[in-house]
Amino acid sequence: MSEIAELPEGLWYQPDVDTSQIPAIAGVEAVRSIRVPARVEYLYTPGRAPTRFLRALAEKRIMGERCPVTGKVYVPPRGVSPVVGLPTEEQVELGHRGTVTTFCVVDIAFTGQVTETPFVSALVLIDGADITLHGLIQGIPPADVRPGMRVEAVWVPDDELSTSFENIRWWRPSGEPDVDPDTIREYL
Amino acid sequence: MTEPEILSAPLVLEFPFSRTTGPVIGAFLTGLREKTVVGMRGADGRVICPAVEYDPETGAPLTELVELSDTGTVTSWTWVSQPRQGQPFARPFAFALVQIDGADTAMAHAVDVADATEMSTGMRVRARWAVEREGLITDIECFEPELAR
Repeated sequence: MSEIAELPEGLWYQPDVDTSQIPAIAGVEAVRSIRVPARVEYLYTPGRAPTRFLRALAEKRIMGERCPVTGKVYVPPRGVSPVVGLPTEEQVELGHRGTVTTFCVVDIAFTGQVTETPFVSALVLIDGADITLHGLIQGIPPADVRPGMRVEAVWVPDDELSTSFENIRWWRPSGEPDVDPDTIREYL
Repeated sequence: MTEPEILSAPLVLEFPFSRTTGPVIGAFLTGLREKTVVGMRGADGRVICPAVEYDPETGAPLTELVELSDTGTVTSWTWVSQPRQGQPFARPFAFALVQIDGADTAMAHAVDVADATEMSTGMRVRARWAVEREGLITDIECFEPELAR
């Protein structure tokens, strides 16, 4: 078994290589970067409870499901209470407004983003739910977004409704006063 | 409560990665672009191909590149009877470990033959170079039986 080499102390970078002995690559522009896109294709089958949720969304309704023991309402529902492990059989229709709990301002552009930077990605506590849901915040400068801010869902036009979470394009200020931070403390 | 029909939909995850190669992988890929296979001499004198940055035994940084040929020997192979999207060929082909002449290790690549009966461990193969090369492993389109031309 060979002895394991140790990296030198201090700032370390990979040593350059000597290409002079290989004529084919000695005098040419070296490859320094490559594009290696990764792509995976799934067939996504959401299951019974998320199917109920998505079918309701197509009717412009937001449906959660209630834990039979704690009474907490989960959205999107997974069909089972994550706390007690029992089926969540009671359907609960939620409001179209909610409260921003936490958020971040996205300043760096990336492939596939749906709006221009900067934009705000937030967790929204939908009225009637006991868990936050991810959404974008629009209609307000990012610097003015704050925890406790009241927002309302902005839906795609009715003729574009489908069984997709993208039915809710984003959330915008509803004009209501902010909630007392203590009421959302559990979600911060 | 009647259960609605369960939904199902395609879901595609795509990441447009680009990565810097560093000097060693960069030299290997530059070699492919120039139709030259490049290996790396390890701490014990063995030649490793594709070129690696650090010695697999000791972890020592390696810098001595070695020019190799574009022929080699199949050391292991498997037949792909139903190719998937993104694989080297849409028709059946072999994935093989090819030990390039002059190297002590083997590299994975495709071998283009019509039928699995044409494959065997120990068979001699030669790289078929892509016409358009840009510094990627696919600059070697595949390997083919050495006697094919």
